[in-house]
Amino acid sequence: MTADILIQVLVSGLLIGLIYALVAVGLTLIFGVMDIVNFAHGEFLMLGMYASFWAFALFAIDPIIALPMTALLLFAVGVIVYQTVIRRILKAPMLSQIFATFGLMILLRGLAQFFWKPDHRLISNSLISGNIALGPVQFGLPQFVAALGAVGVTGALWLFLHRTRLGTALEATAIDREAATLMGIDGQKMFALAWGIGAACAGLAGGLIATFFPIFPEVGSNFILIAFVVVVLGGFGSITGAFLAGIIVGLIEVLGGFLIGPEYKTAIVLSLLLIVLLVRPRGLLGKA
Amino acid sequence: MTTGTMTQSRKAIGAVALLALAAVLPLAVTEPSQQNFLILILMGAQMGVAWNIVGGYAGQVSLGHAVFYGIGAYTSTMLLVSLGISPWIGAVAGGLVAALFALAMGWPCFRLKGHYFAMATIAVAEIMQILVTNSDLLEGAVGLTLPMDRSGWGALIFLAKLPYYYLILGLLVLTVAVAWAIERSHIGYYFRAIKDEPEAARALGVSLTRYKLIALSVSAFLTALGGSFYAQKEMFIDPGSVFATTVSIKIALIAILGGVGTLLGPVLGAVILITIEEYSRTLFGSTGSGTDMIIYAAMIILVAVFSPSGVLGLLSDLRRHIGRRLPGGTKTAKADKLEVRP
Repeated sequence: MTADILIQVLVSGLLIGLIYALVAVGLTLIFGVMDIVNFAHGEFLMLGMYASFWAFALFAIDPIIALPMTALLLFAVGVIVYQTVIRRILKAPMLSQIFATFGLMILLRGLAQFFWKPDHRLISNSLISGNIALGPVQFGLPQFVAALGAVGVTGALWLFLHRTRLGTALEATAIDREAATLMGIDGQKMFALAWGIGAACAGLAGGLIATFFPIFPEVGSNFILIAFVVVVLGGFGSITGAFLAGIIVGLIEVLGGFLIGPEYKTAIVLSLLLIVLLVRPRGLLGKA
Repeated sequence: MTTGTMTQSRKAIGAVALLALAAVLPLAVTEPSQQNFLILILMGAQMGVAWNIVGGYAGQVSLGHAVFYGIGAYTSTMLLVSLGISPWIGAVAGGLVAALFALAMGWPCFRLKGHYFAMATIAVAEIMQILVTNSDLLEGAVGLTLPMDRSGWGALIFLAKLPYYYLILGLLVLTVAVAWAIERSHIGYYFRAIKDEPEAARALGVSLTRYKLIALSVSAFLTALGGSFYAQKEMFIDPGSVFATTVSIKIALIAILGGVGTLLGPVLGAVILITIEEYSRTLFGSTGSGTDMIIYAAMIILVAVFSPSGVLGLLSDLRRHIGRRLPGGTKTAKADKLEVRP
């Protein structure tokens, strides 16, 4: 009986953890390549959710079908953000860097509130709905598909970074920008690419969870802090680390909420951030 | 460039004139809603100047200052509501609790640099908000209401706006005085050394952690006093109004908007931010339309991108270009140049 409940809890922790991983890989990619923390990352996820919502509400395109479009759209948003704002603060003091992306966060929230109202919106009757029952364990099909999608995207990103010329160039820029530039890699182009891919990952995560999560302008704030925890635990800049850490954080959140109380689950996850920062600041797989 | 003493006396005259203006301003502004607007500006300025001590002078960016604001508000209010202790004592107690909390959180967190430290402060504030929201002793999400029947200078509860105006003006003067004293003392030099050249400062035997802790706890003490004032003025507090991330953001924004690491930059930042906040509401209708957020987000981005030393830095740049000589102009401009070093 208790074993069943435990398995149920672990499964839901794993499913949400994979989504956290997808949000965090974009964040960690940007940080790894250019040492900038993107406070507006949760807002990229929010935009992904709204893209799905409007595709569904206006054109009756199912969120799952709209995913490639969402990814492209957010890639463009990421590149535009880089070209208009981030490019100008690469050499600015850390304070300016923090506040530039912080300002972006508030700007995107404000724009969403202005154009789409602060209401909570839901996508109902999408293609993917209902529950799956595996023996005593039950979980939603949308959650399962979202987790599967998260694994797929993270895997594709890993392959891109390690098996393609462009991806390797991006990795090289992350490791040593000067050396990469000497090898003929255009650093500016790589930075723009990192922002595009990072935003697209967050957007895809948004599109994947849009079917089972309320959509509203400040939805990103729920995810950004958890994504930070994942990035720190995984090690800044490490995609594999973020993937593992996402799962761990998901499990700890759900398990902690189950054992101590759901109202404390965010506090538990954030305490984990402090513990990691103090005990092992470079995280699981980060560079020393 | 004028001689040091000339600049100093000019500055002093400027400060006295500004203070005199602030003291007589309510004679001209008698409408309660407008007096309230002035109070909000002074509250914002006080927060910003307090934040600036650790965020500006010492360069340790805290995005969790709401934790000190909330501690101040809750300590003085709990003492007043449950034990009947005057907020004069309660606010000081709140300040001390906040300063102790700052020492406890700073000791581990200051081992982290830059982005990591900012993140850790967000986490601490968020954890605190969750704990208070779920605490029965502190009435959780319901919040605390101050006893309205006990008005007067003992309980610091007033029906009119004017006493609050002078109270917060006094608190702002105190906060600016502390910041000024720090700026001029050897501690201030250590702070700037920590910010600009941490390795060199360490090599010269400056204990980085000790001075960062001093900066954070002084800043926490003053921020908590601001929190106590907020409770007295609003006569109601809940976790969402004093511990929220939005409070932390606002505190830091005021300082960066006006000019980080400058004495009066945050005052200018408060004037700008609070004006935008209040007037975008009346201009563009209801709150929640997002216009105030859009406007000040745009301003933050512009300041971050084009003028890391804030609007004050922008002004002194302009001033140098035009070549006009205003009191203390050249000195401020030089100080700003120092601040923008990464």
